[in-house]
Parts: sequence; C-alpha cells; structure tokens
Amino acid sequence: MTTTQTRPEVDPADLFQAIIDAEQKIEPHDWMPDAYRKTLIRQIAQHAHSEVIGMQPEANWISRAPTLHRKAILMAKVQDEAGHGLYLYAAAETLGITRDEMMELLHAGKHKYSSIFNYPTLSWADMGTIGWLVDGAAITNQVMLQRASYGPYSRAMVRICKEESFHQRQGFDILLTMMMGGSEAQREMVQDAVNRWWWPSLMMFGPNDSESTHTEQSMAWKIKRVSNDDLRQQFIDMTVEQSKVLGVTLPDPDLRWNEERGHYDFGEIDWDEFWAVVKGNGPMNRERIENKAGAWDDGAWVREAALAHSAKKRRVS
Amino acid sequence: MAVTKPSGVPQGPAPGYPDPHVEYVLRHGDDNLILAQRLSDWISKAPDLEVDIALGNIGLDHLGAARALLTQAGELEGSGRSEDDLAMFRNERQFKNLILVEQPNGDFATTIARSLFFDAYQVPLWRELSSSDDEVLAGVAQKGAMEARYHLLHSKQWSVRLGDGTEESHARMQTAVDQLWRFTDEMFIADLVDMEMAEAGIGIDPSTLAGEWRGNVTEALDEADLTVPTDEYQRWGGRQGFHSDHLGHVLGEMQWLQKSYPGLAW
Ligand SMILES: [Fe+2]
Ligand SMILES: [Fe+2]
Repeated sequence: MTTTQTRPEVDPADLFQAIIDAEQKIEPHDWMPDAYRKTLIRQIAQHAHSEVIGMQPEANWISRAPTLHRKAILMAKVQDEAGHGLYLYAAAETLGITRDEMMELLHAGKHKYSSIFNYPTLSWADMGTIGWLVDGAAITNQVMLQRASYGPYSRAMVRICKEESFHQRQGFDILLTMMMGGSEAQREMVQDAVNRWWWPSLMMFGPNDSESTHTEQSMAWKIKRVSNDDLRQQFIDMTVEQSKVLGVTLPDPDLRWNEERGHYDFGEIDWDEFWAVVKGNGPMNRERIENKAGAWDDGAWVREAALAHSAKKRRVS
Repeated sequence: MAVTKPSGVPQGPAPGYPDPHVEYVLRHGDDNLILAQRLSDWISKAPDLEVDIALGNIGLDHLGAARALLTQAGELEGSGRSEDDLAMFRNERQFKNLILVEQPNGDFATTIARSLFFDAYQVPLWRELSSSDDEVLAGVAQKGAMEARYHLLHSKQWSVRLGDGTEESHARMQTAVDQLWRFTDEMFIADLVDMEMAEAGIGIDPSTLAGEWRGNVTEALDEADLTVPTDEYQRWGGRQGFHSDHLGHVLGEMQWLQKSYPGLAW
C-alpha cells in the first residue's frame, strides 16, 4: 500500500489514553506504555499461575472422592482450571513473553500466584469450601476483569466466568449435602473447613486499598475496575447470606449487619499471615512449587521427545 | 497368537456373581473405572498442560462408561445396589477388570503403552458391542466406540512421538511396551461367561478381537520404531478376580472415605 497523503501526527500516548477513556480495548499491536505492558504481564501471568497451581489442592481429592458423581464433577472442574490457565497464558503471550518463560519464573519464585493455594486440603469438605469460597471470591474478582481494558485479557475472562459459576455451585452443593442429609461427623468437617478457609479467602482480594501499591495506576488504566476493599465487601455481603442457608458459622465474632452502611462489618484480617504466605512462608508454598517444578522436570524428556519427533518429521517431508 | 497360560490361576468359580449377565457388564464397567482412577492421577502432574487436559478428558470418558455400566449391573442384579455401592463396597476378589488397567502409571511411557494396548482393544470391543441385545450396554458401546477411536489416536500418536523422539524416550517406551506385554493376552481369553453372553447376543467372544488388536498395535509400534515383544509369558485372571498386588491399593484409596463413613450422603 502506498500512502501519499500525509496524516497529522498523533502522539501514540494520546491515542492510547483516548482508547482507554472511550472504554475501547487495547489490542496486542496497539502502542502501549511499557509500564502498562509490564503490569499486565505480571498480573495475567500471576492469574494463569493461580489457575494452574490451584489444580493441586483439588487434584489431591480426585482419587478419594466419595461418589463417582462427585469424582466426575471434580475431575471436570480441575480440567476447567487447566483450561483457564491455557487461556490466560495465551493472553499473556500476546504481550511478548512465552509460556515457558513464565513457567521458569514461577518455578524460580519470581512470579507469584494467589496465596490461597498455599493451604492444605484436609477433608472432603475442603472440596466444597474451595468451590464455595475460593471460586466465589475468584468470580467476584473476575466479573470485574471482564471489563479490563486489555482486549485479550478481557476476552479470556469472559470465557472463564462462564465456567466459574458452575464451580461455585458444585462447591456449595457439596457442603449443603453434607450439612443437610449428613451426620454430626460431616457437619464437623464442614465447619472445620469453613473455619480454615474463611480468612484466607478474604485475603484473596489483596491488601487494603490504603496499602495496595498497584491499585491506583491499575484503576487509571482500567485494568482493575473496582478496588480491593470494595470487592472484598461485595464478597462478604453475598457470602454471609449463603452461610445462613448452609447453617455454618463464619469464624468472625465481629461480623454483623451495619444498617447505616448497608453492608456487613467484619473483623480485622491478620495481615501478618497474609504477607507471610505471600512471601513464601505459608503452610504449603514449598510443596506447591516443588510439585509443579517437579512435574515439569519429570516431563522434560517427554517434551524433548515430542520436539525431536516433529523436527525429524519436518526433515523427512 | 500363541498363548502360554501360566499355572497358578484358580480354575474354580470366582466369588461374586452367579449371573453371567451381571458379571459381564461388571467386567467392562470395572475396566473403565480402574483405568479412570489411574488416569486421573495424572491431573496436575502431566508433562504439560495440554497433556494434563487430554489425560483428564480420557479419564472422564472412561469414568462415564464405568458409571453407566455399574448402574446397569446393579439394575440387572435386582438387589438395589447403586454404582457407588458397587464401586465402593466390593473387594479385590469381586472386581473383574483386566490386570492391565490396574498397573501403576509409572512414567509417561508406561501410561501411554498401557493406553495403547487398552484403546486398541476397546475400539473393536465397543464396535462389536454396539449391537448388543442389552440396550444399555449397546448405548455405552456406541458412545464408547467414538471415544475409543479418539483415545487410540492419542495413545498411538504419543507412542510414535516417544518411540521415534530421543534415545531416552525410545528406551523408556520400549521398556514400557515390554513390561506391559504380559497383560495383553488376557483381553482375548474367552471363559464361560463370555461364551454364554456371546451365545445370548449380549456379549462377544473376545478372542475374535485379537487379530484387529494385533494389527493396530503392530502398526503403531512399527511406526514408532519399536520392537513388538515376543515374550510368551502371559499373566491373566483379572476377569476371575485374581488380580495383581496393585488393585488393593487402588481400591484402598478410592473406597477410603465411603468405608470410613458408611451410609452417608455426599
Ligand atoms: Fe478458574
Ligand atoms: Fe474455578
């Protein structure tokens, strides 16, 4: 194509801002500030790693699922999470990083993943509680991300959200079955699981807005559309109602309805625990990465074989 | 194929089901259940995410077939046992799966070789059972026939990649093929249950599947540059509940929760 007319010079930074302001999507080949690209890579990779590391605590119960129906659902759910990982790695790759590079960074401890997956799954009720609380918190976050300004990320989130509501429902259903038809032993399992997962799931929304280093810029770029504290409040308001249906007690004595605010008040989160887990000192951080990196290393010969085979085939044809 | 039947397999009737129809449906249900249990162990541990998803999907297909067949076995039996009663409350002697499918996952080559052998059996098996007079079995077989063709494609492709890939992958794949070979004749040994069900139009004589199986497996191994084993030693007896030591551990894990808290809704 030959262009003869001269176009007025447009500053790419202005164009970028105009696209953001107009609620349009930034696409991979558009100009974008370096910091926007870096922030997205960090966030999308972290999100992808969370999907993939998050497979471990649930895969832990596939072989021991109490019924074949539950086994099938759990397998399908964990498969979904692997699929979410794939969509998100693909979205991150549009920003100029490869999946292998992201894996290496994860295994080296240079990329993070959601701290929620650094807790063990100790009973079958944990499968229900993860679906109910952890997928529930993830959905709250992801619904917002469907409107993120980066096109590939936003579209990945739309696909993911479609599957997530099934995840939460199956979790709730596990707990409801154990609470309603069940024995004292089952109700104890559920209450214990909720006690263990409640606070960590509130931590999934990240530090308070006043402490969050990334929030302001991410909101300006419209990557993030709602603040950590607002999302957390949304989640709590929704979940407290559901806990009443289940008949479980949420382990927070300060939890009560605040007529004036129109929200539930809740107690102080143990931020020392949060930061300890984020920094690698949670109960399962070491195992999660050792398992992940171990499986990756164990599979190296398989990936090498596949590459060698396709190289040979190319040479022949 | 020359079959050298080892001595030591009890010849008397196996404990379990006097009704050959129930027995027949259970055998195929158990193959699928135990293989699903094994394959699902790869989830979150596979060489890459695509393989993770593929093995999980294949496992889910087998689990689906198992559930339909165990439910049908319970119905035929007429004593009100559900798929879960049959899956969770039978012991090693009462499970009737092939010894092949209970073999440990081992390395990825072992899993692929086990799948290659089993998929190559299930493709003609399901095709033939698609016209069974047992409508439930026929339905499972019709759906299974499509799935099994895809499973076989997957296990064949990986057999070729590993066999042809690197020196290491070739050696691992050959070892896996050699080690699992001894569990393959069992698929084609017909016993009284098979003969009776074939006669009744419900089942088939499994020995009729051996030719096609051998053709498919030989083709895959040839393409993978692997040697077809000539080992004549064959282990059998799974159909009679005479398993390897591995099955007890698979059941121990699978049944643990139900056996610890029997009679509850989950
Ligand atoms: Fe997910
Ligand atoms: Fe999920």
